[in-house]
Amino acid sequence: MLAKIHVTLKNGVLDPQGKAVHHALNDLGFAEVQEVSIGKYLELQLDGVSEEEAESRVRAMCDRLLANTVIESYRFNLEL
Amino acid sequence: MKCGVVVFPGSNCDHDCYHILKHIMGWDAKWVWHKDESLDGLDLLVLPGGFSYGDYLRAGSIACFSPIMKAVSGFAGRGGRVLGICNGFQVLTEAGLLPGALMRNRSQRFLCKFQSVRVETSATPFTADCAEGEVLSLPIAHADGNFYADADTIKQMEDQDQIVLRYCNASGEVTDADNPNGSAGSIAGVVNAGKNVMGLMPHPERAADPALPGSDGRKLFDSLLAFA
Repeated sequence: MLAKIHVTLKNGVLDPQGKAVHHALNDLGFAEVQEVSIGKYLELQLDGVSEEEAESRVRAMCDRLLANTVIESYRFNLEL
Repeated sequence: MKCGVVVFPGSNCDHDCYHILKHIMGWDAKWVWHKDESLDGLDLLVLPGGFSYGDYLRAGSIACFSPIMKAVSGFAGRGGRVLGICNGFQVLTEAGLLPGALMRNRSQRFLCKFQSVRVETSATPFTADCAEGEVLSLPIAHADGNFYADADTIKQMEDQDQIVLRYCNASGEVTDADNPNGSAGSIAGVVNAGKNVMGLMPHPERAADPALPGSDGRKLFDSLLAFA
């Protein structure tokens, strides 16, 4: 099973990297870009757990280590 | 004063801290390896600056699961004094021993310079020897020093007198232009509710040896002595 996890900054938390990329895209003529947010993408290969277990264990991994929930939120999906 | 300096893989200010504690302050200092599990007999523990575990994932995020961190939690819970400098501050927030988080500087750049900070409270063991409103000039050297906490948390910290240092100009005014990294409320250093755990981004240990420029860092170590 493959867990695909996206970790991004929470709404309202300043994202200087996203801002810099946003400006650069606008400078390149991509005027339609209104906002850029930059985060992390992680893939975890899981073995020996049911989909249900995986769901709660990946959530625990995100809460305990993969995301800092003071500043970041996360979402993930599981692929069999 | 019996003190320890934690060494994580990637710590690089550990020798500076040890030197100040042992040779300048004349305290009984020892090394604490990140795999150690006991802090018995210590009065003070310093988590030094550096790049523990290469700053992988987030600065401080892996270090806070080192075996020693369980002992640090217990030590702090019993009222032991813990000082986290730079990466040590990041580790303490990741471990939940201090509120907030430290994000990438708003300039996206590594900063390395002397910076003025204002002492907001002297009611902590780390600033007992400073005057409130006193301006200290301390070196900063970080890429991830942008302190963030949500508005409710900051309000609570202000109410409980937990904000210890703010970035300011040489006359002690806190302005956006003198906020080097974009920290919320220009916050440079905080304590926990019990006031026995402090984290700060500036490096007091780099301004505490008479052989080197700057002596304001010494005031934090003198404070610990005065408080004891």
